[in-house]
Amino acid sequence: MSKLSPVLSRAWDDPRSYTLEGYRRHDGYQAIGKALAMPPDDVIKLVKDSGLRGRGGAGFPTGMKWSFIPQGDNKPHYLVVNADESEPGTCKDIPFLMANPHELIEGIIIACYAIRADRAFIYLRGEVVHVLRRLQAAVREAYEAGYAGKNILGSGFDLEIVVHAGAGAYICGEETALLDSLEGYRGQPRLRPPFPAIEGLYASPTVVNNVESVASVPAILRNGVDWFRSFGTEKSPGFVLYSLSGHVTRPGQYEGPLGMTLRELLDLAGGVRAGHRLKFWTPGGSSTPLLTEEHLDVPLDFEGVGAAGSMLGTRALQIFDETVCVVRTVLRWSEFYKHESCGKCTPCREGTYWYVQMLQRLESGKGTDTDLEKLLDLSDNILGRAFCALGDGATSPVTSSIQYFRDEYLEHLRSGCCPFDPALSTAWAPALATTGARA
Amino acid sequence: MTDVFITSNPQLPGANTTAPATQTSYADAPEVRERLVKDAQVLIARYPQPRSALLPLLHLVQSQDGYVTGDGVQFCAEMLGLSTAEVSAVSTFYSMYKNKPVGDYHVGVCTNALCAIMGGDEIFATLKAHLAVGNDERTSPSQGERSLTLEHIECNAACDFAPVMTVNWEFFDNMTPTSAVELVDALLAGHEVSASRGPAVCSFRQTERILAGFEDERPDAVHAGGSAGPASLEGLKLARQQQQDSDGAEDRA
Repeated sequence: MSKLSPVLSRAWDDPRSYTLEGYRRHDGYQAIGKALAMPPDDVIKLVKDSGLRGRGGAGFPTGMKWSFIPQGDNKPHYLVVNADESEPGTCKDIPFLMANPHELIEGIIIACYAIRADRAFIYLRGEVVHVLRRLQAAVREAYEAGYAGKNILGSGFDLEIVVHAGAGAYICGEETALLDSLEGYRGQPRLRPPFPAIEGLYASPTVVNNVESVASVPAILRNGVDWFRSFGTEKSPGFVLYSLSGHVTRPGQYEGPLGMTLRELLDLAGGVRAGHRLKFWTPGGSSTPLLTEEHLDVPLDFEGVGAAGSMLGTRALQIFDETVCVVRTVLRWSEFYKHESCGKCTPCREGTYWYVQMLQRLESGKGTDTDLEKLLDLSDNILGRAFCALGDGATSPVTSSIQYFRDEYLEHLRSGCCPFDPALSTAWAPALATTGARA
Repeated sequence: MTDVFITSNPQLPGANTTAPATQTSYADAPEVRERLVKDAQVLIARYPQPRSALLPLLHLVQSQDGYVTGDGVQFCAEMLGLSTAEVSAVSTFYSMYKNKPVGDYHVGVCTNALCAIMGGDEIFATLKAHLAVGNDERTSPSQGERSLTLEHIECNAACDFAPVMTVNWEFFDNMTPTSAVELVDALLAGHEVSASRGPAVCSFRQTERILAGFEDERPDAVHAGGSAGPASLEGLKLARQQQQDSDGAEDRA
């Protein structure tokens, strides 16, 4: 059986893991002493050498991002932690922050020391108030213990940490929209360049990092680059949280090396729910193109999933079995993108609107056989033409579902209705009633 | 929705003053205004630039009024030196800011793809029928009853607990139509209800105060619900088992 490697999740079964005391019981705050004793550039080099890549989806090397911050420029520098976890299927940062907020804070201190920032913001989505409680308390504890504020641990390094709750907007997970939101504006993406490393928050050099990326740093300091690189692959080193959800026997968080396969993870999670088989899945949220049973052995690292025609994203492995109508699923995601489109650019604003109109018609069996080509044509006009990645992401479920399940779309046209019974897909559907599932 | 702002706001339309000379928000309730000003000053001081406090301030006025009122918009504008139009442009962009009164509880049902398929659609339909309200509508309470606003919500980052619901943005995991009906009935009857991963649910307004940036006044609230829910621990449990098995194998060797 494939080996899991809990690092970020190592202490989640300690009933007080989220407190300062709890974190200290599990090697907490041992990395910052090491970091503060090093020249900041050496910390950046260490993170670069570790090969840590951004865990928020794009996989950009974290150390390189830090090294883009101009030094000696007499401007304030900022670290902004993107905790706006909202990508459908993605559910790793929220349980992490609930159980282990201090590891993020330790990572923040190290990152700010490295990039020479004296202020960090944690932008948390608003709809998770218990996580907000945990973060507010953890930051207060960190101040009280001298890990934040003036002259941290006598090093002369000062750092203010601010927890900031958002207000319900998926687009704010896009880093420049997040910055606009944090400045008190509507969350709409900015034109790049200039990139945030040059002109970010308040037009000052800013690093925007995902929660899991920053939180992975203390373990690298504690255990070294070679240890970190012993997990995962040459180009995608390290450990990650894999989040399994949907029609799987034991949904949940499974932390392991990059490059595991869905077959291995499903084995660990007890397989697809009893009596059913895998139909389609997402490797990293709804913005990553769907994969199917034929991709069970694709290594879940940046290169492997890319080669299979999708993207690793956030390892949000949403599992759908044969009872699920792919047209209905894609319609739901499209409704989401339409709702969350910020309206700034035409391809995304109009494109997602028309996706919903057409998919509603198709799902109810009232479409025509030209609709599929029209959907693909529409997708061509969004992908690469939208202002930010939200628009691109909206095309992923549409085009990949047509690629793998064209016949199912056509079946809706032939039968004049949706051939699936939604009751069979629910969590409470009786297991026996589904053995003769229509598909 | 805009009439809410216009009727109570003498400066609209076209107000473009950067620092309104008159302070007209909450004119009928100076003690409320005084309290809000104190809170707002704490929030504004956290940021290098005052405008960054706009989202927290909007949460703050929602904690006062239960939604974003004309007074609330005016107050934010006064505190930050913005026009009311600038404030409204922001408050209407974000879905957690409400333009009409929310009930004592905001009840969310995730109907994004995965939760919808796992049963969120059925739960939402059941609740609409049970409560006789549509999406984003408030129940009309009978004598002595609490009220709630029902809304279908987007993915709330708890997919391994699908289908999920929220009450005042607290987690309610692995819901069914039956448990959903029991939940809303308990809320309406005023019974204490605790989140799956979190404390007893407080009112919508109290929740908004936490969102504004003030810690929950109940000292034990932060500890409620344990470190992690059952699904969050599945991988760790298995890893511990793997470790035991391999230690056992080494001992035997």
